[in-house]
Amino acid sequence: MSTGMRKSHKKQLMDTIKEGGVGFAFLVSALVSVAAVILISIFIFANGFSAIGKIGVADFLLGEKWKPAMGLFGIYPMIIGSIYVTLGAVVIGAPIGIMTAVYLAEYCPKKIYPLFSGLINLMAGIPSVLYGFFGLVVIVPLIRDNLNSQGMSLLAASILLGIMILPTIVAISQSSLKAVNPGYYEGSLALGATHERSIFAVKMKAAGSGIISAVILGVGRAIGETMAVIMVAGNQAIIPKSVLEGVRTMTGNIVIEMGYATDLHRQALLATAAVLFVFILLVNLAFSIFLRRSSQ
Amino acid sequence: MNQASVSEQDKDMNLELTDCACSPNIRTGSDSESDGKSKISSSRIDSKSTVRLRMSGLIARILVKGGALITLAVIFTIVGYILIKGIPNIKLNLFEWEYNSENVSMMPAIVNTIVMVVVTLVIAVPIGIGAAVYMVEYVSKGSILAKVIKLAIETLAGVPSIVYGLFGALFFVKFLEFQLSILAGCLTLAIMILPLVMGTTEEALRMVPISYKEGSLALGATRVQTIFKVQLGPATPGILSGVIIAVGRIVGESAALVFTSGTIAKPLVSMLSSGRTLSVHMYVLSGEGFHIEQTYATATVLMVLVLILNGLSTLIAKKLGSKNENE
Repeated sequence: MSTGMRKSHKKQLMDTIKEGGVGFAFLVSALVSVAAVILISIFIFANGFSAIGKIGVADFLLGEKWKPAMGLFGIYPMIIGSIYVTLGAVVIGAPIGIMTAVYLAEYCPKKIYPLFSGLINLMAGIPSVLYGFFGLVVIVPLIRDNLNSQGMSLLAASILLGIMILPTIVAISQSSLKAVNPGYYEGSLALGATHERSIFAVKMKAAGSGIISAVILGVGRAIGETMAVIMVAGNQAIIPKSVLEGVRTMTGNIVIEMGYATDLHRQALLATAAVLFVFILLVNLAFSIFLRRSSQ
Repeated sequence: MNQASVSEQDKDMNLELTDCACSPNIRTGSDSESDGKSKISSSRIDSKSTVRLRMSGLIARILVKGGALITLAVIFTIVGYILIKGIPNIKLNLFEWEYNSENVSMMPAIVNTIVMVVVTLVIAVPIGIGAAVYMVEYVSKGSILAKVIKLAIETLAGVPSIVYGLFGALFFVKFLEFQLSILAGCLTLAIMILPLVMGTTEEALRMVPISYKEGSLALGATRVQTIFKVQLGPATPGILSGVIIAVGRIVGESAALVFTSGTIAKPLVSMLSSGRTLSVHMYVLSGEGFHIEQTYATATVLMVLVLILNGLSTLIAKKLGSKNENE
């Protein structure tokens, strides 16, 4: 009897230790993500800020000349380049994406729906090198031959990125349209509005924050996109004067020169990444604000 | 002329509205919304605004369907173009074991890709599942810890792959002295896919009916036993679909790998040697621009891989959907 008691005590103790140990392992796993964010921030910002300190904040952020060989590290053209390319992508991608989302949510026949949304998923899964290659062999020659220019340009990058952010915008706009209380739509119909009017004036207004957050997430994708943009943008480190001129983004700046850069040049590239990271954090912040507003 | 017709219509509306004793609020609100109110007085409405109503509806329909058509056309053009241009260029010597500038073999890249996928998953999946279990079972949603972890995950999900690549180059390659190596690439990618694995697992775990857990606990099973033997089982398809999307991410990644695992086109020697994956191979080839035919062929192989992975995840999602309907 007493040995049995002791045994069960021992077993209980072992169980408690095991439970605690496994629970601890779960906690550690959960903390890996936090550690990763902290490490990424430290390594990118520490290296970046020391370079910005050496170059000077104004010379780095607002300098219009990027000539590493002469010690000139102004990333203003790349900041503007990233903003231009992203704006172009939104101008092209957002209307098409939102209209596609409205189609999927409101018009799409039930039989076609799984196929169509499957294709959108496929689009999200295509690697950026494949998009870039497609841009290089299709979009760039089209622009070169029809618009009488070099082809690799702000326009090519904007079109390609506009395509690449489509699945993001479609998926999130669609789910926010579907989340609108059906009573709004029915009420609008009952008041005599047509199907179109109920969708555009009532449902889309109600889903507005969600649709804006979809576009913001698309902006984040566009700013951070690297390989595809490099392949079609031309990458001249000057501010383009028209959409047909070449453009270099912050991401492009990093990848093109990182391979051979040393010392301050290398650090200036890391500082470019730090600026890019700040942009992304701001975009994410805006995204979560709008998403929270849409779920309220 | 226009103004006159509007005011006339307003008079009409006035009559209608007083007839049916509607509140005056509707009338003031509807001044600018002539389409909206026009149906109220369906019998008396003048033909002009009916036409306008039909026109705006038609334009809206054209815009919506046009947008959807453009999207469809873009998908089919990209996939179709790469497959049609690439398939005729696929030749046997593209799959020879050794790479040289003569055969431009993608075999080393394929082997490296497979190794990269397996090792990255081995690192990231257990951590992702463990973290998800912690979030669902061990910590209350409103607590500070849960909020911090959620914020970290959301931040990680938004970090662009080039920033991951630079971090990997600074931390794994230089600071931990792994040099340009497959291992450094795997560790970098493991952090990159962590939010994806964790997110899908968390969602799948929350879908498991709470009665399963309660029943197991009531039968005397411990918390850990319940998690491993009762809760994770039904969540497996959801976790698996997340893992497949993660595989797609690993296969397609290039920006995070150029500065961590490098671009050496040799088959795997050890985890600490540099090697390019298929996507990096694709990037290097199209950058060089010498081997157009082989580049098309490589693009096709990559595209087919993506199509297969996408098909798999759709299949699992479908099974998941029909199962949920049955229950």
